[in-house]
Amino acid sequence: MNVIPNEVPHLLVHDHEDNVGVVVVEGLTAGTDMLCCVTHDNSTFRLTAGADVPIGHKIALKDLKSGETAIKYGEDIGKFIADIPKGGHVHTHNCKTKRW
Amino acid sequence: MAKRHDNITFKGYRRENGRVGVRNHVVILPVDDISNAAVEAVANNVKGTLAIPHAYGRLQFGEDLELHFRTMIGTGANPNVAAVVVIGIEPGWTKRIADGIRETGKPVAEFSIEQNGDFETIRAASWKAKEFVHWATELEREECAVSDLWVSTKCGESDTTTGLGSCPTVGNMYDKLLPEGITGFFGETSEITGAEHICQKRAINEEVGERWYKMWKAYQDEVIFAHQTDDLSDSQPTKGNIEGGLTTIEEKALGNLEKIGRTSKYIDILEPAEEPASGAGLYFMDSSSAAAECVTLMAAGGAVIHTFPTGQGNVVGNPIVPVIKITANPRTVRTMGEHVDVDVSGILRREMTIDEAGDELIDMIRRTANGRHTAAEALGHREFSMTKLYRSA
Repeated sequence: MNVIPNEVPHLLVHDHEDNVGVVVVEGLTAGTDMLCCVTHDNSTFRLTAGADVPIGHKIALKDLKSGETAIKYGEDIGKFIADIPKGGHVHTHNCKTKRW
Repeated sequence: MAKRHDNITFKGYRRENGRVGVRNHVVILPVDDISNAAVEAVANNVKGTLAIPHAYGRLQFGEDLELHFRTMIGTGANPNVAAVVVIGIEPGWTKRIADGIRETGKPVAEFSIEQNGDFETIRAASWKAKEFVHWATELEREECAVSDLWVSTKCGESDTTTGLGSCPTVGNMYDKLLPEGITGFFGETSEITGAEHICQKRAINEEVGERWYKMWKAYQDEVIFAHQTDDLSDSQPTKGNIEGGLTTIEEKALGNLEKIGRTSKYIDILEPAEEPASGAGLYFMDSSSAAAECVTLMAAGGAVIHTFPTGQGNVVGNPIVPVIKITANPRTVRTMGEHVDVDVSGILRREMTIDEAGDELIDMIRRTANGRHTAAEALGHREFSMTKLYRSA
């Protein structure tokens, strides 16, 4: 694994095509310089958290526009229903299924 | 280097029909809800027996009644059960269930309450239950191959960590043990919604994939669209799922499907509580996504160990099948540690690989098969929930 030793990632991303990642630490606060890891190949990058986001919840990896498709696992998981800035909290208030 | 898993053995109870159990229960089984009191009285009289009270069994008809019989017979026939005392209100359906269990060759006795009353039934059934306990407690475990194990899976109180950690751990276990000849079960028909295009492709061939899709579509049309009041938004994802960070049913389904790993393919489709009949391999059981219902159905289908990934912390157990809890959520490990058998939160910290987590789960399956009580067993979780298809007559 090529994660920097002694630094635990704050955010995990399943796939390189994904536009959202998952917070995997408790108590993440806005402004944190997050270590992000793509689980597919353990590659890493950094991103600043734009909000206090609970463990398990998602963060936008780039500026996202209302109507765009949310991608996780490299798959369509729904659509954004509001613009979300890079680093912002993504959940039911700004993202929903296209199914109904 | 991938580890070899063909030399795993465990000590189990080989039953009369050749199947192997990992527990040795003497079950007192009610045919119907009104026989629960007698069943519980017998279990109180004779220590070492296990009463399985439930809510149904009267005035059911058609496919719903068939499912009732299949669940009752399958529960008694499960190899984790050494012997069964069946008690019903009247002799007809009581005999049907007792005879169904008898096909396994295990000891079965049946009692009916009409013309006898609770007192006389409890007296006679207690004598028989005591005889069964003496017999069962002298049975000895013997060395068995890993291929003798039937292992089911279903996740619960999922969150985003289940798709990252605990579900891929189960998937890794299946990818390693299915080639060694185990029989596997997965299901949760409603929770595949959003990943149905992927699930269909995981069938062994097109014909099985098409049958799977038809089954899934029938569920959509006959259950969801027929009964929905708005949509599934308040049930799928559940409130607990949403609290854990899951936003859409697609996101939940993709995480759920991680339980069948990278290479495993399902070879056939089972009705709820149906026993596999196409040999070793992975089966999809048409089943509810509610934890206790799903585990109950898979146990009735013959699974002897259940692997249960959880994110936010589902506490479910089963009376006859040990349920192994796996979580990757460090908050759940911290706040609900007494429910966790396999802690794979190291995956989130990138201290543990999925391959290592899969090996840890395989080791926990082996230890559980040898007799280690799971957290759910130690905490007395014995949820037994029948699936009901429609209203009784």
